[in-house]
Amino acid sequence: MRVSLFVTCLADQFWPAAAVSAVELLRGLGCTVGFDERQTCCGQPAFNTGYRREARSLARRLIEIFESSGADAIVSPSGSCTAMLHHYEQLFEDEDWRTRARQLAQRTHELSAFLVNCLGVEDVGAAFSGRLTWHDACHGLRDLGIRNEPRRLLRHVKGAELVELPNAETCCGFGGTFAVKYPEVSVAMLDEKVDAIERAGVDAVVSGDAGCLMQIGGRLSRRGSSVRALHLAEVLASREARGGPHGR
Amino acid sequence: MAASFDRDARTALADGQLRGALRQATDLFAERRRAALATVPDWEGARDRARAIKDETLLHLDRYLEQFTTNAERAGARVHWARDAAEACEIIGRIAEQRGARSVVKSKSMASEEIHLNERLARRGIEPVETDLGEYIVQLAGETPSHIVVPAIHKTKAQIAALFAEKLGIELSDDVATLAAAARQALRRRFAEADLGISGVNFAVAETGTILILENEGNARLTTSLPRTHVALMGIEKVIPRFADLEVFLQLLPRSGTGQVLTAYQSLITGTKRRPEDEGPEQLDIVVMDNGRSRMLASALTRQSLACIRCGACLNACPVYRQIGGHAYGSVYPGPIGAIVTPQLFGLAQSSALPYASSLCGACRDVCPVKIDIPAVLLHLRAQVVERRAGSGGALERLAFSAYAAVMARPRLFECLVRGVRTLGILPPLRAWTKWRDLRPLAPHSFREQWRARLRDPAAP
Ligand code: SF4
Repeated sequence: MRVSLFVTCLADQFWPAAAVSAVELLRGLGCTVGFDERQTCCGQPAFNTGYRREARSLARRLIEIFESSGADAIVSPSGSCTAMLHHYEQLFEDEDWRTRARQLAQRTHELSAFLVNCLGVEDVGAAFSGRLTWHDACHGLRDLGIRNEPRRLLRHVKGAELVELPNAETCCGFGGTFAVKYPEVSVAMLDEKVDAIERAGVDAVVSGDAGCLMQIGGRLSRRGSSVRALHLAEVLASREARGGPHGR
Repeated sequence: MAASFDRDARTALADGQLRGALRQATDLFAERRRAALATVPDWEGARDRARAIKDETLLHLDRYLEQFTTNAERAGARVHWARDAAEACEIIGRIAEQRGARSVVKSKSMASEEIHLNERLARRGIEPVETDLGEYIVQLAGETPSHIVVPAIHKTKAQIAALFAEKLGIELSDDVATLAAAARQALRRRFAEADLGISGVNFAVAETGTILILENEGNARLTTSLPRTHVALMGIEKVIPRFADLEVFLQLLPRSGTGQVLTAYQSLITGTKRRPEDEGPEQLDIVVMDNGRSRMLASALTRQSLACIRCGACLNACPVYRQIGGHAYGSVYPGPIGAIVTPQLFGLAQSSALPYASSLCGACRDVCPVKIDIPAVLLHLRAQVVERRAGSGGALERLAFSAYAAVMARPRLFECLVRGVRTLGILPPLRAWTKWRDLRPLAPHSFREQWRARLRDPAAP
């Protein structure tokens, strides 16, 4: 299967380990993985703030880039940016672009959903020792319906114990520009999440979106917590029973 | 209102009592809701059916409203159409005067809050007494409701006890039964002397001209049956085509709102009393109000805002509402549904902050019994804020987003800029982030650099 990676700008610049891990995982499972260096941002910050024109111009770019990839599937280590690609159609009025947007959306998958639903894999041969908890990032959960896939993958990680948070499905307060537009509200939401993570006594909180991970991880470290924030791909690419995943 | 959401939200966050009360109540309602859903075999199917009924009604709203009017009048009611808040208040004020009403009781009605009916009537010397316990508390305290189903959700038991001790002259007690009994006693007197009752409407059945009012305290039953005159106020979106349609809405509304299988009282009112021995008022006036609603009919996207049955589930599920409560929204309609209807009802200019008062997490859409896609409407309204330049972001924000789009369309420029930031160690002014959260530094080697260096050619070591 030929896969074209949609890395997302956040993972590219802040959490490259997520994308590097995704490449390793997919190649390990027999996929041919390509990455088009012309890709940057999917336009979600503009779309979510109401700047449709700016979002539309970036959407056109990305549609063209991925059309030229000739890949069977576009795979992304982000539920939120995958969901944005699924929203592209509504940015356009003319039928041609709507069709192209729809066709791109049909081929675009979030990493865990791709592994479980398209490749039919749940055990990727990962090993990671420690207690983990899964934070459901909102767009993956509610726009794409991803709930069981990451949990199934994590349950197969040797040495890892998956603990459920009572508020696993509650928003961490990131919400893109929301986090800086209304920072006090955002952090109030975040603290409920972080309190629950600390009460769970885990070694790491795992999620599928760099945005949530920066929000949760940033607060954990500010509070002096030793709990780490890890991207799902990092855990799945980890082969060490001790010491956790390889570096960033 | 635009500038105050931020300030009022911060005020709310600093109020420990408020946040405690909110957390407890929203948790409780969410929990009860979950349990109540489990008693419906096909919840998803019920949601779809309800939404289809609402969609059908909204598509032919004029027809169903006329049908409702004809049938309600045939049953003896008088139906008045009000274009806006002023007209609705004027109609109700005139009815009260014509009927010589001296004492007016009122049951819970968000539509009446929307048009500030009490205030307008007070100018004519009429002072309705709120008879719903929550509304009564809020009225005694001189406040406004902060939740569409639970008006006094922002108050703790201790605060209510202190309020009752002060206003009703009872002894300080935080026993719920004692407090409720004190309110009941005070209200019973008002019911006995009332000559006009004002209520809201949950559903208006076009086919029969019937209105349905749901409640738990029996106060709406008394408000609509004891006084000589009953005035019911409803928005145009309350109409549904058939009596049988009530079945699905009665499954959805109480379960979603308070987690009840059914409310304690359901009053179905069709016209006035016919024979002397019948119960009920001699005169029933139904005021059907637009007040900005018909604007939402323009597109399918905005039209769904009118499908709302005001159950309040989206408020309880909203992680933003849960932190700040209703008052920060500066509207009678707070929470997710408030964030979409307030700008549409009262104008985007005064409420341009509300579409942004959400992390777009989608929890509201998940719980909404009529499947309103609130995040999609929020995004639509945000685009309107930008288009009409109604927001607080101004020229700087517009410039930032054009620059962003220009840079992101040029991958080399993007990479150069990021590398510049990384090597020079310049931090963008992100105090709004860094005051509370550590900012993860840019990775020493971006993915694209690692790709070029060692990943592009998988054969290389
Ligand atoms: S939008 Fe939906 S969940 Fe919110 S009050 Fe209306 S019907 Fe209930």
